[in-house]
Amino acid sequence: MPTQPPNDRAFDVAVIGAGVVGCAVARRFALAGARVVLMEKGHDILSGASKANSAILHTGFDAPPGSLELELVRAGRQEYLEIKDSLNLPLVTTGAFVCAWNTLEADKLEAIARQARDNGTTDIKLMTGVKARSTMPSLSESLAAALEVPGEHVIDPWSAPLAYLTQAVALGANFLRGCELMAGSFDGTWRLETSAGPIIADTVINTAGLYGDVVDDRLGLGSEFRIKPRKGQFVVLDKAAYRHVPRIILPVPTEITKGIVVCPTAFGNVLVGPTAEEQEDRVRATVETETLEALVNRAAEIVPALAGIPVTAVYAGLRPASEEKAYRVFVRPDRRAITLGGIRSTGLSSALGLARHALKLHADFATGYPPPETVPTIAMPNLAECRERDWQRADHGEIVCHCELVTRREVEATFESAVPPGDFGGLRRRTRAGMGRCQGFYCNARLAEMTKARLATPLAVDPETER
Amino acid sequence: MSAFDTDVLVIGGGPSGVAAAIELRRQGAKRVVLLDREPALGGATRHCSHSPFGMLEFGRVYFGAAYGRKLTLEAEKAGIDIRIGHSVVELADNGSVLVASAHGAERIAAQRVIVTTGAREKPRSARLISGDRPLGVVTTGTLQSYLAFHGLLPFRRPLIVGSELVSLSAVLTCLTHGARPVAMIEPRTHALARAPLTWFPTMMGIPFHRGTDLVDIVGRDRVEAVKIRRGGAVETIACDGVLLTGQFTPESALFLQSPIGVDRASAGPAVDQHGRSYNPLYFAAGNVLRAVETGGWAYREGRSIGRAVADDLQREPDAGAPVPVSFDAPIKLVVPNILRRTSSISTAFREFQLRVLRRVRGRLSLEIDGQQIWQASGTWSPERRILVPIPPKAPDARQVHFRFREEE
Repeated sequence: MPTQPPNDRAFDVAVIGAGVVGCAVARRFALAGARVVLMEKGHDILSGASKANSAILHTGFDAPPGSLELELVRAGRQEYLEIKDSLNLPLVTTGAFVCAWNTLEADKLEAIARQARDNGTTDIKLMTGVKARSTMPSLSESLAAALEVPGEHVIDPWSAPLAYLTQAVALGANFLRGCELMAGSFDGTWRLETSAGPIIADTVINTAGLYGDVVDDRLGLGSEFRIKPRKGQFVVLDKAAYRHVPRIILPVPTEITKGIVVCPTAFGNVLVGPTAEEQEDRVRATVETETLEALVNRAAEIVPALAGIPVTAVYAGLRPASEEKAYRVFVRPDRRAITLGGIRSTGLSSALGLARHALKLHADFATGYPPPETVPTIAMPNLAECRERDWQRADHGEIVCHCELVTRREVEATFESAVPPGDFGGLRRRTRAGMGRCQGFYCNARLAEMTKARLATPLAVDPETER
Repeated sequence: MSAFDTDVLVIGGGPSGVAAAIELRRQGAKRVVLLDREPALGGATRHCSHSPFGMLEFGRVYFGAAYGRKLTLEAEKAGIDIRIGHSVVELADNGSVLVASAHGAERIAAQRVIVTTGAREKPRSARLISGDRPLGVVTTGTLQSYLAFHGLLPFRRPLIVGSELVSLSAVLTCLTHGARPVAMIEPRTHALARAPLTWFPTMMGIPFHRGTDLVDIVGRDRVEAVKIRRGGAVETIACDGVLLTGQFTPESALFLQSPIGVDRASAGPAVDQHGRSYNPLYFAAGNVLRAVETGGWAYREGRSIGRAVADDLQREPDAGAPVPVSFDAPIKLVVPNILRRTSSISTAFREFQLRVLRRVRGRLSLEIDGQQIWQASGTWSPERRILVPIPPKAPDARQVHFRFREEE
């Protein structure tokens, strides 16, 4: 007979997986007054699919009509626009061009425009290539036609989920890292066996992304879907590219993928990607020289001025695609379990919508909670170039990372924050340190010193033990 | 009251920047401000703890931080306003520069600006190397910063990629600090550094594979192994780091992000025979012009360009239309990259500096307005400079071109 876990391990809601969706769900339930635990097997939030995306806040103009995805992208976007100021999150109002590079693609734009209107994105405009180039002259002369979608915006893809979780934690939510779900049993309440000990919860919400199907299996909920990881490789071009790419450049999508996007980032770079490569492996997301070269070349075909601009960073991520294009949302009222799975590519936009949706589904089988008396205000440190950065204010100590102008005060503050970084990737995403064009040539050693004994895998090797 | 905060602003306190600043003071410039973003002067010499510096400029040898201290001493003696911990963010067209320091952001307006920001090694990302992206993939400069400034090591058993002079410095750094390289690889069929230096890894028992590519990096948190391809076969080597050496590139981001831009060939700002860029208020010297020369070379170059700037302060900035110096492949770059009409200010470059893309044999010639002025035949290797005297009439020419005819 297993021993009963102590009271501080008993919760109303256990959220499994701290990607962008898990962070948003934790926030929504904490705002609703639930005692929440967010479990993450990695060392930090955004350790899986959510660390690599194109950072676009979508309108849903090209989502499948009538789909849950469309509904939740629109709801998520709406909520982001409402809360961004109070959380001090940026919005870069770039707008997008869907670009047709030949007559075949141009013929498809009409249908895309119709779909966009049906989807509620009505402020769109079809234009000739010449007209589009008059607003964005850096586009290649071979542009045949374009569809302007002014509502497609760019956000900071890491500060946003961090803000959601920070707010949840301020409301009393628990965030457990290195906490992998091993098994679960339900007898009116859930008993979850994890790598960090047992946890009791009334309700479980599976937001495990790339492991969504595995977590459902381990909870004994059956196999409603299978995750089929889809790899996307990206290159990030030097900040010198930014002035040539004032808008998001989307291709005419195919059945399988939205295609290669050329897109400004909130940090003043230009992103090119992703590829769409099916694979079995849920862990390894490698970059490949030939693919990266192809992305660099593709960018210069679309915006010729990008030719020769140095590559700042490369990365690859896995999207939790499944056998079906649709989001895989399952509710088991008798088991008090909700699965938010197969959120393959629009999760950043729809996360807040998914969280509201989960709360609504939850209300069908559970009673509500007493709402929190006050909602604490959270102001995230700003990393976006369009607004004031810490280096512009006095007494920040020193500039630690010169490429990205990261201050000592910022690095120290992030370790003192409610959700401090657990690994070097987490530090980079929270501060931008080491993310710039020299990729740590100048600052990596300094960061190794500053982060001693603070990260799961230290930057420097231990001088004693590995001799 | 002058609208300028200083007569000359020098950005970067390595050998070329300090030399330029000292020379300006010697030539009578009243106010010279020298900025460096690091906590001390010296630039790249600060972390190169076993390379000798100073023979050419100071007549004796200094190592690492000692050279930086010597530069600081000389700069202080010369009456230069040294400001460390100052990182330049942006060059404005009018000679005003946006600076970040612990005080926040400020603008410094100068009559002339000299950019001496040096060079760095290309990181893994810009090399587009395949594989995972774990910890432990660093450049020589990063490794040496770990050791020189913090007494730390990023790995114990790295694979070394490259065979330039700096690669051998990397081997030495590893061996003297308890790291044991598993192998050294070079994609070319021969080493870039000269023998007998290239015998050194083998002498130390480190396998040196020429004609070998790094095809994969494996590792979840830290590097666990690499895959290399030698003669068609791929083999896996267990290691805990990858040390990327060489492939220096100018730290020219300030130009890249400004309307001045950079020369695609040299990756540094295009400069004329006085070290002057497309914007006549901005000059550049040292390794930001091209990668990569020794500290002594950079010092001498800084001094010459400092003298040219001192002359230029006495007159209106010259915005004369430049003539580009063009060249054939397999020439990689030519510095000075542009020429402007002869003027009264002193010439900083007496010679064109050329580099080739790969090992080549053939005939190199200089044509001015279609007429051959100079020629030489021989074999040239990448990463070694070729010097060609700048003919007196070249600055007034309409066309300056380096031709290369390859031979078997």
